[in-house]
Amino acid sequence: MIAFLIRRIAQAVLVMLVVGFVAFSMFRFVGDPVSIMVGQEATAADRAAMAERLGIDRPFPVQFARFVGNALNGDFGISYRVGRPVMDLIQERLPATLELALCAAMFALVFGIGAGVYTALHRDGALSHAAMTLSLIGVSLPTFLIGIGLIFLFSVELNWLPSFGRGQVVDVGGWKSGFLTQSGLRSLVLPTITLGLFQMTLIMRLVRSEMLEVLRTDYIKFARARGLHDRAIHYGHALKNTLIPVITLMGIRLGSLVAFAIITETVFQWPGVGFLFVASVQAVDVPMMASYLVLVAAFFVVVNLVVDLAYYRVDPRLRTDHATARS
Amino acid sequence: MRKIAPLAGATALAICFAVSAQAETFRWARGQDATTLDPHAQNSGQNFGVLHQIYEPLVHRDQESKIVPALATSWSITSDKNVWEFKLRPNVKFHNGNAFTADDVIFSINRAKGETSDLRGLLTSVVNVTKVDDLTVRMTTEGPNPLLVNNLTNLFMMDKEWAEANNVVKAQDFKNKEENFAVRNTNGTGPYALVTREADVRTVMRANPNYWGKGQFPLKVTEIVYTPITAAGTRIAALLSGELDFVQDMPVQDITRVSQTSGLRVNLGLENRSIFLGLNAGDADIKWDDVQGKNPLGDKRVRKAMEMAINREAIKTVVMAGQSIPSGTLVPPTVHGYTKDLDAIPTWDINAAKALMTQAGYPNGFGITLHCPNNRYVNDEKICQAVVGFLGQIGVKVNLAARPMAQHSPEIQKDEVDFWLLGWGVPTYDAEYVLSFLYHSREGSRGGWNATRVKNKDMDDKIKSLTAEVDFKKRDATIAEVLKWAKDEALYIPLHNQTLAWGMKNRFNVRVQDENQLFVKYIN
Repeated sequence: MIAFLIRRIAQAVLVMLVVGFVAFSMFRFVGDPVSIMVGQEATAADRAAMAERLGIDRPFPVQFARFVGNALNGDFGISYRVGRPVMDLIQERLPATLELALCAAMFALVFGIGAGVYTALHRDGALSHAAMTLSLIGVSLPTFLIGIGLIFLFSVELNWLPSFGRGQVVDVGGWKSGFLTQSGLRSLVLPTITLGLFQMTLIMRLVRSEMLEVLRTDYIKFARARGLHDRAIHYGHALKNTLIPVITLMGIRLGSLVAFAIITETVFQWPGVGFLFVASVQAVDVPMMASYLVLVAAFFVVVNLVVDLAYYRVDPRLRTDHATARS
Repeated sequence: MRKIAPLAGATALAICFAVSAQAETFRWARGQDATTLDPHAQNSGQNFGVLHQIYEPLVHRDQESKIVPALATSWSITSDKNVWEFKLRPNVKFHNGNAFTADDVIFSINRAKGETSDLRGLLTSVVNVTKVDDLTVRMTTEGPNPLLVNNLTNLFMMDKEWAEANNVVKAQDFKNKEENFAVRNTNGTGPYALVTREADVRTVMRANPNYWGKGQFPLKVTEIVYTPITAAGTRIAALLSGELDFVQDMPVQDITRVSQTSGLRVNLGLENRSIFLGLNAGDADIKWDDVQGKNPLGDKRVRKAMEMAINREAIKTVVMAGQSIPSGTLVPPTVHGYTKDLDAIPTWDINAAKALMTQAGYPNGFGITLHCPNNRYVNDEKICQAVVGFLGQIGVKVNLAARPMAQHSPEIQKDEVDFWLLGWGVPTYDAEYVLSFLYHSREGSRGGWNATRVKNKDMDDKIKSLTAEVDFKKRDATIAEVLKWAKDEALYIPLHNQTLAWGMKNRFNVRVQDENQLFVKYIN
């Protein structure tokens, strides 16, 4: 167990270093941050002086080593774009992204499972066909189009919901929450649907096929033979067994909900970390971009580590497999 | 004391009520937020947009872009041609209650001249600033500088005492890796004071109750809510749905939609910015073409042929949705030195252009790479695509390389491109600014954006003389002469001047200012 853990952590560190390296070297091609930071009157000497102050006149390996060294001390540098420490900015923006991701995950779970079960039980119903067709749209339409479509319908035409921003937020011990005000909750609706729609259709399709599979198994037949109610069979036996892969999937997808909220956040001017990243790319804000990518990588690595460890504890087969493989 | 309390409460309530009865909020959106509120940290119009509501310069350009008094009431060149004298406005208070005096002006100018300030380029001619009395300052320039005031319109005045107390005597230094207090906190003399600042989210400003201009300006708006909205579609949707009062950066394709919506209007105006193509005419051989051993762009006939092959009217109607004014010079009409003759647009004539190409020895044309930004000017990449098509008609096979401005501009500055697109705004409203940066050969602070590689000693000297010439007649003659040379040589191919579109509720009918700056205090 300990050896497994150590091996996993070593791998995680390696992944982080590689991501950091790739991110850092990639940004050298994004452009020159100095050209964005100084006005058009700046002379060559002014630009050279700014590059020197930013430390980007040094050779690449030196810059990277300094970045890693500082990052290990928890110092991710200062944003070129807004002149504030990168960590402060990320901490300020993270609540917005996490709240949105949480809502989107809940939305995807509740509606995905509901619709999945319904379409599995009423395979030939008109509503099921409609839901299956709609789910195709959800899978195939790009996120920004869904977002703009929702804005057009619910903000411009119907005037029901706000088209941008987070509304009024309440500061709860440093965590700025939009859950506590009416405008905050209203602002959540459209981005939640936009971000969660893809995951929802995915879950719906997964639940449906799993459910159809399970309904054919022997134990369901036995349950019917025992004369149990449909309700008990469907929800007590079938759905429970269907949910295992759904939970696994959702665990992994939660990471991508946070990491790929970028597009939704841009469309809705949602002040989260994804939006911060996009703004940073435009301004060639290297410390900000590198830190964001490292943070996202860390998030994925931790989620995967937790999932692996959980499997290891839960699934005895995994342990024996390893034991035999080793010997 | 206890007796008075309820009465005071009631009075306060009444005052609140009276204020809120006529309170008017102005919800204003742009594509990008100001990056910092430190007035001297960045020379960018986006930052100045917010800062102009909070801070004030000595003089500024009003909604008609005329220079008008702000914190200085009058200014003039003294008997010593190298010295300007400014009389300051009396009884002006900063938002924190401190009085505005000559010491603050000296402090602010020196701060803006400092090593970490991005505005120092505007003050290179200023040698020192001295105090005559509390309300009079003198600026000494290196040689006469008749245009000094033109450079001061975005140079904001800070409170010396406040800056010292908060350790922001210098503009942000990135070497320190620390946040500067002035990035998110302000103390200006302006009509609006900062209430909350959430970068990229919302900046709220409220009317300054002690503003010196009360009674002189409408000051109808009591609260400004400034929200950046990056996605153009969302920005327009928010205006259409009534969540905004004013959108400053309107995409050209939405102008019709918004102006046809009841309750909304779009005001159009010419921006003080020219869009053009640059050509490497100076080098003997160039890197980005397929001709060996010589430079086709070095031949004036080729440059003229290229100029004639481009149909500017077609670019206007097809690419710009009508939102551009075709031009024949890099000096926009708003700028001193502009004349109708200069702006004469080369006639679009493919046959004549082909004939010129043949004369120059390129009957079958040649191949060249056009470097183009794709995120800086209105439809920049599409303009370049149109140019590719036009030049193809005279056999010039253009390979288009579009990239973000952050990659594009350093290559122009380092002479790494041969054929490129650029836009140039003229904040001083004087042709000298165009000539000095785009036509003067590279030398010190001049020629920084001139990648034409052409060095003409005579013209360089003439351009240099413009900064110190106090005889305005003579100066105008020099400007005309240099601009004429520039047009004849065709080192650049002018395309058009950009127009600006501001979308707003009918209630706020604001005239478009050609520097793209809005002064909320003028809204009535």
